[in-house]
Amino acid sequence: MHTETLSHDMENFQHEDSGSKIIFGFWIYIMSDCVLFASIFATYAVLHNNTFGGPPAKELFSMPYVLTETFILLTSSFTYGLAMLAMHKMNKKQVISWLFITFLLGASFLVMELKEFSQLINEGNAWDRSGFLSAFFTLVGTHGLHVASGLLWMTILILQVIFRGVNPTTIVKLTCLSLFWHFLDIVWIFVFTIVYLMGAI
Amino acid sequence: MTNKLKFFISIGLVLFLSGCKLVIFDPKGSIAADEKDIIIISTLLMLIVVIPVIIMTFLFAWRYRASNKKATYMPEWAHSVKIEMVVWTIPLIIITILAIITWKSSHKLDPYKPLNVSGEPITIEVIALDWKWLFIYPDENIAVINYMQIPENRPINFKITADAPIWIPQLGGQIYAMPGMQSKLHLIAHEKGSYDGFSASFSGPGFSGMKFIAKVSSEKDFLNWVHLVGQSQDQLNILEYNKLAKPSENNIPQYYSDVENNLFKTVIAKYMMPVGGINKNMEKM
Amino acid sequence: MFGKLTINAIPFNEPIIMLTGLVVAIMGLVIVGAVFYFKKWKWLWNEWITSVDHKKIGIMYIIVAIIMLFRGLADAILMRSHLALSAGSPHGYLPPHHYDQIFTAHGVIMIFFMAMPFMFGLLNLIVPLQIGARDVAFPFLNSLSFWLFVVGAVLVMLSMFVGEFAATGWLAYPPLSELAFSPGVGVDYYIWSLQISGLGTLLSGINFFVTIMKMRCPGMNLMKMPIFVWTALCSMILVIIAFPVLTVSLGMLALDRYLGMHFFTSDFGGNFMMYINLIWTWGHPEVYILVLPGFGIFSEIVATFSHKRLFGYTAMVWATFVITILSFIVWLHHFFTMGAGANVNGFFGIATMIIAVPTGVKIFNWLFTMYRGKIIFSVPMLWLLGFLVAFTFGGMTGVLMSVPAADFQLHNSLFLIAHFHNTIIGGVVFAYLAGFTYWFPKAFGFKLDEKLGKMSFWCWTIGFYLAFIPVYILGFMGMTRRLNHYDIASGWQPYLIVASIGTLIISLGVGFLVVQIIVSIMKRNQYRDKTGDPWNGRTLEWSIPSPPPFYNFAIIPKVTSRDAFWKTKQDMVNNNMQEKPHYEDIHMPKNTGVGFMIAAFSLVFCFSLVWHIIWLAIVGFVGMIACVIFRSFDNEIDYYVKADEVEKLEIEILNRNR
Repeated sequence: MHTETLSHDMENFQHEDSGSKIIFGFWIYIMSDCVLFASIFATYAVLHNNTFGGPPAKELFSMPYVLTETFILLTSSFTYGLAMLAMHKMNKKQVISWLFITFLLGASFLVMELKEFSQLINEGNAWDRSGFLSAFFTLVGTHGLHVASGLLWMTILILQVIFRGVNPTTIVKLTCLSLFWHFLDIVWIFVFTIVYLMGAI
Repeated sequence: MTNKLKFFISIGLVLFLSGCKLVIFDPKGSIAADEKDIIIISTLLMLIVVIPVIIMTFLFAWRYRASNKKATYMPEWAHSVKIEMVVWTIPLIIITILAIITWKSSHKLDPYKPLNVSGEPITIEVIALDWKWLFIYPDENIAVINYMQIPENRPINFKITADAPIWIPQLGGQIYAMPGMQSKLHLIAHEKGSYDGFSASFSGPGFSGMKFIAKVSSEKDFLNWVHLVGQSQDQLNILEYNKLAKPSENNIPQYYSDVENNLFKTVIAKYMMPVGGINKNMEKM
Repeated sequence: MFGKLTINAIPFNEPIIMLTGLVVAIMGLVIVGAVFYFKKWKWLWNEWITSVDHKKIGIMYIIVAIIMLFRGLADAILMRSHLALSAGSPHGYLPPHHYDQIFTAHGVIMIFFMAMPFMFGLLNLIVPLQIGARDVAFPFLNSLSFWLFVVGAVLVMLSMFVGEFAATGWLAYPPLSELAFSPGVGVDYYIWSLQISGLGTLLSGINFFVTIMKMRCPGMNLMKMPIFVWTALCSMILVIIAFPVLTVSLGMLALDRYLGMHFFTSDFGGNFMMYINLIWTWGHPEVYILVLPGFGIFSEIVATFSHKRLFGYTAMVWATFVITILSFIVWLHHFFTMGAGANVNGFFGIATMIIAVPTGVKIFNWLFTMYRGKIIFSVPMLWLLGFLVAFTFGGMTGVLMSVPAADFQLHNSLFLIAHFHNTIIGGVVFAYLAGFTYWFPKAFGFKLDEKLGKMSFWCWTIGFYLAFIPVYILGFMGMTRRLNHYDIASGWQPYLIVASIGTLIISLGVGFLVVQIIVSIMKRNQYRDKTGDPWNGRTLEWSIPSPPPFYNFAIIPKVTSRDAFWKTKQDMVNNNMQEKPHYEDIHMPKNTGVGFMIAAFSLVFCFSLVWHIIWLAIVGFVGMIACVIFRSFDNEIDYYVKADEVEKLEIEILNRNR
């Protein structure tokens, strides 16, 4: 009996320890992802005037549409925050429902972005039109790709919470995804400001 | 082992004696001469540290070998303010001096800066093609492939475009040639002769054959040569240029009289705008 | 169905390649046959392929690095002998297209697939041991990183026999590397092999950063870490910041080539100078990623073999840090000739030469560690002396080129080639070989043969000077890099012949290295290291048996000073007391094949992208994702070694070494 409790304590200690390592490691990953986005932003800054006779940013984007997108993504960050609160209360049902809502918001953001892309392509302004459009599609697309992988991750986490409940392992994973999701929000604010707002001016 | 060593050393000596052509140390123009001086001064400055380091390496290694019972052994000695001061300060001083030289020379020898010498400058427009050099003399209205002639003691203003750096070691340094962009290089030659010019940045299969002769002659010979080129049957209009721009290797020198107006600017502009937008863009240049 | 892949992709008409292919195929068959014959599949799978043990992963990294060293060396010999023979009209014996691929492959392989894995091999082997940890922070990720790197190496090797490699130079500058000028699959092989191994590198970088920050044993604060750990930490910081930039620049090049985008094309508003800026933003830190751990290795070696504390530890740490930061603001010195203007060039030139100050301080610190020491000239110490001379010289030529006005003459000439080989061979390779010799007994339990090691050292050193002093001179004579033929009148040929001889002597050095390993394995009982401390070492890795048990430390050490093990040894002399050890349960990660599986799918993915086989690429991609998901559902990832089991194992080791 005694050894059992001891090893159980050990286990808790080890798991907690490995949890903090994972979250710290994930932070570092996000830092490196920051550098990745920074390089793409820099490229966009260099190329944003190289339209080669094609349309400049001003003529391409619809502000209300992008504002809606932004609003949806920001809300999804908020709902994820609510999921985290539920997680700290160990409320499995609430975690699942907030995650589900976050997923829906994220998915609609992605759908809106894809619609914007397909519209641009249909108008003949695809990525092969000019250096500016290449940089635009790559910057916004890279963010979109991150959102897509975040959604896939969220699906898996929802399943894991459903089947395994809120336990130390899922808590660590939920925390990491939370970091990721908020990070994507921040990146989007930069995208919104630099690409859309400054493009409109 | 020792025999082998001797053998190699003797080969080395023969090579040094056989009068190699260290072109960088045999400058024929003021820019190249200044660049040579900077190489030598910087090297000497650095040797102030490098030579003691190499001597100390061998000295310390020998003196403190384990078998030398006479040498002091202080296993815990690992810090000395004096020594650390010296090893930070001396490199710092040398680097500071070098930094001053760097800053001054970067400005003085900036390839974009026109030379401050008397004599009317000659403008040469250079286009790096796959894999040959096209030299256009806009004022003389002639063009040449893989060969250029310049009069001595007159500053030359190069305007360069396309995609490989140009390098004539004996006249001065390199500059990149980039499509859609114009870079500049200002050189001057003080001595007659034929010097080799190269492409210094790898650009594909024909790269090794992409070189030219830069001939420095007297003013009179230069004018004669311009006249000679002007007699050429070939003319460089846009059609001929497009043919020329197709990849080819190991080209021999070729002369053109009469060059299409503004050919150089057209070549740059075609990378900036789709054809048709050219005129608008040309105004700005 | 098979995209661009046809039977013509195999270069049947090139005898050199086909012969090499044949030899590689036969060697592969012999190895596979041997594994079958000795029925070792299970052992290979259980003990190595699925292993998450950092020591085994480290050994595998180094094995691959040495194999790739052979490939890179073969390329070097081909290039040098070709150039020695290509004066005048017979343009050597290699067709230009093949020659261009060789110099590209040589650079790519030596940096990405020889130096990088060698570094990660040594880091894997030693860093956890030096900080008193039982494994790295994320053992599974470590295995994944390794196998992703192997996929990169496999792709490069594959490109030789199926298709072609890039013929663009090792950084694949556009516009030459764009589809318009390089329509073949060579550049695609280049892109995907670097992307996939780069991903592995980034994961390793994060892994080791967290390991060093979070897993040091009690008492080891940052300023008590061995210098090797410090340099590893700084190198990993550089990896984390620099590698995403490589991913982005190669990614954009791929988008240009695959989707017709216009990042680096010369028309449609692309800007290829941006690629050159981006790639050097990664590229300059990359050389410090390689050389900083090298500095760390020499710091360990010089203290151990001088039997003396390292001189100026604090200065060493600061110098490392200053270099780390400065390495990010110097990238433009790789293209002063772009014509950025005097102010910009002046700034970057001065920033570059400032790096010489902390580097100089390091060199003086090593010298003053020898001062008043008691030096044993074992092989690692010889490498150190060779390094000090070569690296000082290489550093000098580097500072020379950081003066823009001088660089206008020296840029892209063979002087540049000689300079970076001077620092990379004299700095990085010498360091790694020294570290290899130094830590070999820790990894395998027996020392390497000293005499053969010394022969190898002398061949490398003499060969190095013979190979590269002529190259410096050729630079002054105006020879540019990447030429494949030249005029006899240039007078270059004699120097190129001497350089070829130098290359052959270096090859002899590599040969001695291999003979040394074989001989040492045969005489392993004679060279056995029973103490775990063959060199009278100073740091924690020497406090445990060689080779260490899979859990490294039966009892996690407590550290009170720098050179922790040296301190322990001295304390033991002072009070000859030994307590009976008290063992506890040890928590260990379980082996897993998922890393290997993910990498296998990524090989399928990358290979089919190279050849535009879309359906297969999708299969590979989905496979990778499925493996990751499978792993995330797997809860059986760790286990405990019970205390009495540990005790039994420890006694076994003691008896074995008695």
